[in-house]
Amino acid sequence: MWRDVVFWACAVLAVGAAVAVFRVDSMARATFALLASFIATAVTVLLLDLAYLGVLVVLMMVMEMVVMAVFMVMYMMNPAGLMPMTMVHNQRGALAIATGVFLLLATGVLVTPWPESAAPRPADPARQLGEALMGDRMPTMIVLGLALFATMVSTVVLATDRGRYDRFGDRLDRDHPHDPTSGGLGR
Amino acid sequence: MVETWWGGLLLPPVLVAFAVAGAAFDSVLTARAAGAPARPLRSVVGLLAQRRRRTAAADALLWRGGAIALVVAAVLASAATPLGHHVVGDLSVGVVWFNAMEVVAWAAVWLVGWGSNSAFPLVSGYRFVAQGLAYELPHMFALITAALGAGSLRVGDVVAAQRDVWFVVWMPVAFLVYLVSVPAMAFFRPFDQAAGADAGGGVLAELSGVDRLVFIAGRWLLLVSGAAMAVPLFLGGGSGPLLPGWAWSVVKTAAVLALLVWAGRRFPTIRVDRFQEVAWLVLLPATLVQALFVSLVVVAR
Repeated sequence: MWRDVVFWACAVLAVGAAVAVFRVDSMARATFALLASFIATAVTVLLLDLAYLGVLVVLMMVMEMVVMAVFMVMYMMNPAGLMPMTMVHNQRGALAIATGVFLLLATGVLVTPWPESAAPRPADPARQLGEALMGDRMPTMIVLGLALFATMVSTVVLATDRGRYDRFGDRLDRDHPHDPTSGGLGR
Repeated sequence: MVETWWGGLLLPPVLVAFAVAGAAFDSVLTARAAGAPARPLRSVVGLLAQRRRRTAAADALLWRGGAIALVVAAVLASAATPLGHHVVGDLSVGVVWFNAMEVVAWAAVWLVGWGSNSAFPLVSGYRFVAQGLAYELPHMFALITAALGAGSLRVGDVVAAQRDVWFVVWMPVAFLVYLVSVPAMAFFRPFDQAAGADAGGGVLAELSGVDRLVFIAGRWLLLVSGAAMAVPLFLGGGSGPLLPGWAWSVVKTAAVLALLVWAGRRFPTIRVDRFQEVAWLVLLPATLVQALFVSLVVVAR
């Protein structure tokens, strides 16, 4: 009973906050309306007894939305909403695409013959899910993880403005690095 | 661990009591340093009576919302922290829950900085977010190391794993990094640039009256939550001779809190660019080596 109440409250809050993202006229408000929507969604995940996934969604989304607020404010022409701003562009096209995708997915949900199982729910569904997803593909996942990490490191190396040759000289023989700001270690 | 429904009612007053005690201790130290008579908590009364300062085109919803979110998250962060054998909810992922609630402080500080529509608070809010990962990553690895030693993210299991040896004994680096990163996550001295005097008071610059009181209370509560979590993670929870479990939890939490308040007064505010480099080049590798050591011990056992 209380699960139903919490679910519907969170469902309404999630959709309401998601609508608010496109109705408010300030980038900061839009970002945190989106965060509210994500947190309401996380509570519905918690209702499925997926504690780790649910709490992780809260943790990651708070961090991501704060970072996103910084970037969105940076990129928007009118971040603070001091002039009328709209989050919606190409309204007709967007409406058609959104309706089409929604109908497609909703049809998929209703038409798919979902398997029914009489087996009791495992004690730790998150673990079962992880094993089902990765059990016999662990080497692939490990290689994938390394590849992703290497990509991140190389992106940062390519994007960085000043490398070690700028800091320690062409022969890397400076005792103290040349940095625009002082402070930190060994200076 | 015993979960009781009245634990949820008891949690906020207990946290507030710790926060008030911490603030009183802090003002006594301040008064002694200045050679003046101590008047703990006098500013609370002043803030309650003060009229609200207004700024042009402030976003009041986000401004107030940020301060309220800070208080709520700081209290919720302790929901999985046991007091002796009693806990509001011994979540299967208590350690992650604690961290998730702490991170809400990032959003709260940025919102309070943004909401006032004033330059210094805005700059300070951005500063705190920019420091975020340098604070959070060592903190997260310190938390993970304790969970690794117990083989569980449940705080109750972490306490049970310390029946013979407290984690502080064989994870001293993780404990030290935890003690450094708790005041950092709570933007407390010496990591108080977000609310520091060098930028005209930081995010606090335009906060006045009850709003200011709520925000400062939230910061104290977050510090208390961090100090309280150090006890089950590293200091054996409520274990100790003679006294009952809850009393040991209170004593240990008070000791950690007093240490953090005292240490915060001992050091000047650390410049962000200095700490950023120390966090990435010293604290993070140190916690990784500590986690590796703990993993090897766990595998070898």
